[in-house]
Amino acid sequence: MIEISPWIIFFASIFTNNMILANFLGMCSFIAVSGEIKTSLSLGQAVTFVLAATAVLNYFIYHYLLVPLGLEYLRFIIFIIVIAAFVQLVEMIIEKYFETLYYSLGIFLPLITVNCAILGVSLFMIIRDYNLIQSFAFGVGSGLGWTLAIVAMAGIRKKIKGAKIPKGLEGPGITLIITGIMALAFLGFSGIVQIQ
Amino acid sequence: MMEVIRVLKAGVYKDNPVFRQILGICSSLAVTNLLLNSLVMGVGLMFVTAFSSFTVSLLRTKTPKHIRMMVQTLIISAYVIILDLFLKAYMPSMSKALGPYVGLIITNCIIMGRAEAFAQKNKPFISFFDGLIMGFGYTWVLLLIAFFRELLGFGSLFGIRILGEGWVNWTLMIMPPGAFFMLGIVIWATYSLFPHEDQEKAGVKA
Repeated sequence: MIEISPWIIFFASIFTNNMILANFLGMCSFIAVSGEIKTSLSLGQAVTFVLAATAVLNYFIYHYLLVPLGLEYLRFIIFIIVIAAFVQLVEMIIEKYFETLYYSLGIFLPLITVNCAILGVSLFMIIRDYNLIQSFAFGVGSGLGWTLAIVAMAGIRKKIKGAKIPKGLEGPGITLIITGIMALAFLGFSGIVQIQ
Repeated sequence: MMEVIRVLKAGVYKDNPVFRQILGICSSLAVTNLLLNSLVMGVGLMFVTAFSSFTVSLLRTKTPKHIRMMVQTLIISAYVIILDLFLKAYMPSMSKALGPYVGLIITNCIIMGRAEAFAQKNKPFISFFDGLIMGFGYTWVLLLIAFFRELLGFGSLFGIRILGEGWVNWTLMIMPPGAFFMLGIVIWATYSLFPHEDQEKAGVKA
């Protein structure tokens, strides 16, 4: 496999291969939470942090534990346990040492475990055969890309709050249409950098 | 018998997981550019949902309350691994096409949602049925979206060319934006067709 520079992976995972807009990952919390800019930003930060850390953790576990033991097929279970355990750990640390942060992030942390983007990054990393630095770049980039999308969406939803929307399209309907337009805009980035 | 009919109605349209509860759409969008992919994904999800609901329900009196989420996740992962190995063995090209999205069934909120909302309180067989029907509710929406995306994007259905030579492929439909627009339109249509008294409530939770 050709070595791709981690920088290319980093920028590609923000713009051309955005987790939400190109891979549809992390949609559940994207639609539920993207109501307010501030909370979206906090959630985005938490996701970026967890993504970067679990990508590295899962990289080590996969290549130094599962592959030597020939247990690659167990990766789904192992990854989800690592993610759940890591989120739990982060929650405990934040609760103990950063109380104000805990109250603003508190409810989102457990949600992150079931955020498909986290597991998705770990699985993509294995499928695309990234090395350690590439995986880290991919994790951070994906997190930033996700944050960018959710914050942008929160901003747009705030703007259209007073707008008249057809009855059936209110709520998730209009959010999806906006996401579609946003994905369309992000298609404009394709060609700058490309991975896969 | 009444129970069965109620479950059937809820899964297919009244509480349809995709357009009513907005659950599990991560994977529903990614695989819908081809009908065949969607069908395999849908059947796979039906299998996982049905059996994990069944197992969760079997163990419901024996699972301690505070670790039940972990137990449910492990049960779901086990079935997803079975599905993944099955696809790798018998349909290697399909396994490649679906890529990470098979593994992502674990985080598909539909399964966890059913385990938590239904299987936890009901008998094994009705839970199995409920899982199956919820999976079916997911599958038919998936197939509906895939139908339009494949028809407009490739001019074909199940890989067989339907539209004549004059049809210019509408490439946008098979790219990500097409998926978002289609799902948005499906949600719009279903909300208008079956108005729900607690529509506002359904829109907020996800």
